[in-house]
Amino acid sequence: MAKIIVVTSGKGGVGKTTTSASISTGLARRGHKTVVIDFDVGLRNLDLIMNCERRVVYDFVNVIQGEATLGQALIKDKRIETLYILPASQTREKEAMTPEGVERVIEELSKTFDYIICDSPAGIEHGALMALYHADEAVVVTNPEVSSVRDSDRILGILQSKSKRAEKGLEPVREHLLLTRYNPDRVERGEMLSVEDVKDILSIPLLGVIPESQVVLNSSNQGLPVILETESDAGQAYDDAVARLVGEDRPFRFLTKEKKGIFSRMFKG
Amino acid sequence: MNEHPENPGPCFELKSKSMSLVFVELYYYDEQDFEELLRQKIGQAPGFFRDAPIVIDLEKYRGLPDELNFFNIIGLCRRHNMHIVSVQVTNERLVNAAKSAGLAITKPGGKKTTPVCPEKEEKPEPPAKVTSDSGNELTAIPPKVITQPVRSGQQIHAPHGDLIVLAPVQPGSELLAAGNIHVYGPLRGRALAGINGDEQARIFTLSLEAELVSIAGQYKISEDLQDGDWKKPVQLHLADGQLFVNPLDNH
Repeated sequence: MAKIIVVTSGKGGVGKTTTSASISTGLARRGHKTVVIDFDVGLRNLDLIMNCERRVVYDFVNVIQGEATLGQALIKDKRIETLYILPASQTREKEAMTPEGVERVIEELSKTFDYIICDSPAGIEHGALMALYHADEAVVVTNPEVSSVRDSDRILGILQSKSKRAEKGLEPVREHLLLTRYNPDRVERGEMLSVEDVKDILSIPLLGVIPESQVVLNSSNQGLPVILETESDAGQAYDDAVARLVGEDRPFRFLTKEKKGIFSRMFKG
Repeated sequence: MNEHPENPGPCFELKSKSMSLVFVELYYYDEQDFEELLRQKIGQAPGFFRDAPIVIDLEKYRGLPDELNFFNIIGLCRRHNMHIVSVQVTNERLVNAAKSAGLAITKPGGKKTTPVCPEKEEKPEPPAKVTSDSGNELTAIPPKVITQPVRSGQQIHAPHGDLIVLAPVQPGSELLAAGNIHVYGPLRGRALAGINGDEQARIFTLSLEAELVSIAGQYKISEDLQDGDWKKPVQLHLADGQLFVNPLDNH
């Protein structure tokens, strides 16, 4: 049985798709057979970030409607053997994603994959509910600012009441906080909420903190999941987060302002 | 077109609902003793009993059937704004006496609900009842206890008693209780205690960060709460119809 993880946030533009791409890539790179599903019907982006937009023939809605098989719609990643992408439809209505259809696709994927990553659209409507319904775990992507934290809180409430696990009275969805666009400089100046602030407000365990970085924007534009930028702090922070997701213990990095290295101090002193 | 009076649809529908009722477990009946004790109990929580439906439980009644004058009790309770709607009893003489006083009869035996439709007498029938186990004291309504954080968009309702939350209450959420509200964490959403008009209700929290607090309709919004007690452990209560905030450690 696959583990189903939803990447969600309530608010838009906080880094859900970036995170979905990196987490799925990270899991696949560790040898887990992973599929990432784009639930954002009409606003599909995941294929761009995964650099497979030119290979989309069939999409998620086609499979739900029985117009294509999963085998036809799944796109195999060019970089990592064990990674597959199920793109969203760009032309259909989001209501075409029926609960029964989504359930059938997820069930079928569960048979062959280790991880199913569901990239949720923003908001708390149909698409978002479909994306989170089957989740075993949830990665709640949050920016360190008040409105994003509020929306994350809302989506946590929905996870507790509207997910399959909640409806069936099973063990609740495991919740993880992923703080993105974190800028220690601005936190120090009091312009941003700190990790502790956000943890305190949302009271769920911290999965990772991704520092704000130009690399994220660049790699998105190039169709490269940030986690593959192994030299960058954002890439390393995503790698830490994936490690923690599979149960490794990693210390948190990039939480404080970068100190000047010994050389720069010696020469620029 | 259903909302037009010419075509109003069916006159009524029968619904089966559960609610908590106040049970008076009567051991013997003496008019003076009864009224004195009643006064005392009402004094402890005046709002709670006002216009409350009451069930007289006679399962532990030790007095003589003849000593029990239902008309007398009904009048006495009505003078104190309480309304006896039903009697829980099996003794046949008492059943007949209660019936002739126009009261409904409830079969004892715990959590059974009365049938909705058959064998109705033409008297105001109380809604189906739920006894909250044996030993019902006048004020013993179990509180609703919440252990998970109350998130934005969620509403928790304790329609009959107290509400106890052992976790944070987040902005954009709402707590409603007929009785007191206890929040053993920060209270960041809205909290409305005494929603049925109980002016004795209070709100307690370890950190006052609320969007709105209200007791029996008297409210304060976040803006009015920003002074000394903001983010401090406090209790809120009504005095002379005014809502007061008091620090909890200041006694």
